[in-house]
Amino acid sequence: MNNERYQLNKQLAQMLKGGVIMDVTTPEQAKTAEEAGACAVMALERIPADIRAAGGVSRMSDPKMIRGIQEAVSIPVMAKVRIGHFAEAQILEAIEIDYIDESEVLSPADDVYHIDKTKFHVPFVCGAKDLGEALRRINEGASMIRTKGEPGTGDVVQAVRHMRKMNRDIRRIASMSEDELFDEAKKLGVPYELVLKVHEDGRLPVVNFAAGGVATPADAALMMQLGAEGVFVGSGIFKSGDPRKRAQSIVKAVTNFRDPKILAELSTDLGEAMVGINEDEIQLLMAERGR
Amino acid sequence: MRIGVLALQGAFTEHRRKLDGLGVRSFEIRRKKDLENQMDGIILPGGESTVMGKLLRDLEMADQIRNMIINGLPAFGTCAGLILMAQRIKGESAYLATMDITARRNAYGRQLGSFRTEEQFGEEGKIPVTFIRAPYIEETGNGVKVLALSGGKITAARQDNQLVTAFHPELDEDNTVHRYFLGMIKEA
Repeated sequence: MNNERYQLNKQLAQMLKGGVIMDVTTPEQAKTAEEAGACAVMALERIPADIRAAGGVSRMSDPKMIRGIQEAVSIPVMAKVRIGHFAEAQILEAIEIDYIDESEVLSPADDVYHIDKTKFHVPFVCGAKDLGEALRRINEGASMIRTKGEPGTGDVVQAVRHMRKMNRDIRRIASMSEDELFDEAKKLGVPYELVLKVHEDGRLPVVNFAAGGVATPADAALMMQLGAEGVFVGSGIFKSGDPRKRAQSIVKAVTNFRDPKILAELSTDLGEAMVGINEDEIQLLMAERGR
Repeated sequence: MRIGVLALQGAFTEHRRKLDGLGVRSFEIRRKKDLENQMDGIILPGGESTVMGKLLRDLEMADQIRNMIINGLPAFGTCAGLILMAQRIKGESAYLATMDITARRNAYGRQLGSFRTEEQFGEEGKIPVTFIRAPYIEETGNGVKVLALSGGKITAARQDNQLVTAFHPELDEDNTVHRYFLGMIKEA
């Protein structure tokens, strides 16, 4: 990927800001998501809650299913590959996916290396728990970052933890004196130039969304007020009682995340939220995959 | 001078930063109440037009913004904003439908079709143009002036108080198009 292509890929993420990216498993769900105001959809065979329930190895989706979704909607279509599985990524690039999510939700294919994303023309989004992970992924070529959160739980605590940690790390670096940045770069395992950029701008060099455990309009507003530039909602929508209504409400909550009156209205009469699992009740911490 | 920037979704911050750099005040339009603010112009940014179109209707802002533009409020739409302002969209129904153009959505294909180049903009000279999953203008009505072409397709146009670009001047360093829009406001 040359620098111009990388800029274009970062810029596509800029166009998604202030929006909600929804997990969908069928063209019908993709249609519902688009009509409800999703700014992009994530095509996958099983949503994280079901992956969690089913166990076993989970992989990239069948290209046929992804193509069906590409044909059903005009908004960007994303899809997931396993961490380190560059062959899956090559396949998604071949079907002209708009964004690849190298995701801890699927079973990792490589327990040491992430994909060298600079070798691709299509953009990548990656999960991160803190600034170090985020900058390592950016150094590998990611053009968008999201918190890992804990997918498929409906529990927002980890996304909050990751977003707060990342912002705290950024503030710390912004307030350092320049001669301290060399050592910080060494500690984070990333090039000095990236750390300098964060120091100068006081923000990540790419767009940063919240993901993992967002289930209600209030969750979405919380993440936006904590500094997320948009929100991924996975299991939260199609695992709930009234997906269409919940999807619409979360979209509006992301636009008017600072207006409690509007949020009160959006939170009213939404039907059953996804049941959810507390973090101490789960066996598998997906957020621990890929550092 | 004060410009309202539609901030329902998309790259509205980039436009505001641009205006800041040119010394022009701006504010965000996120709900109906925000339309009560005095404004000399409105910017409809890039993003996803389906999202903005839906929110404009649901938040009961579409009719009011449409009337303001039809009554002469200078308006500048980039990419998704162009689609919102088009009177006709290939294969779909229109949103604000204020400008006499026909837009084709995702006209250059998916993200792999996104590109950056340089083109002549009106009489203002060559400028960098960035296309992200961009539309183009397929047809223009009477009274619409074509301002830029890329590969033979119309990518910028003006009709009286309305300016649209299929590309994203808010993403490049160059200020030509924003200055042009500020010029339109001063004329009005």
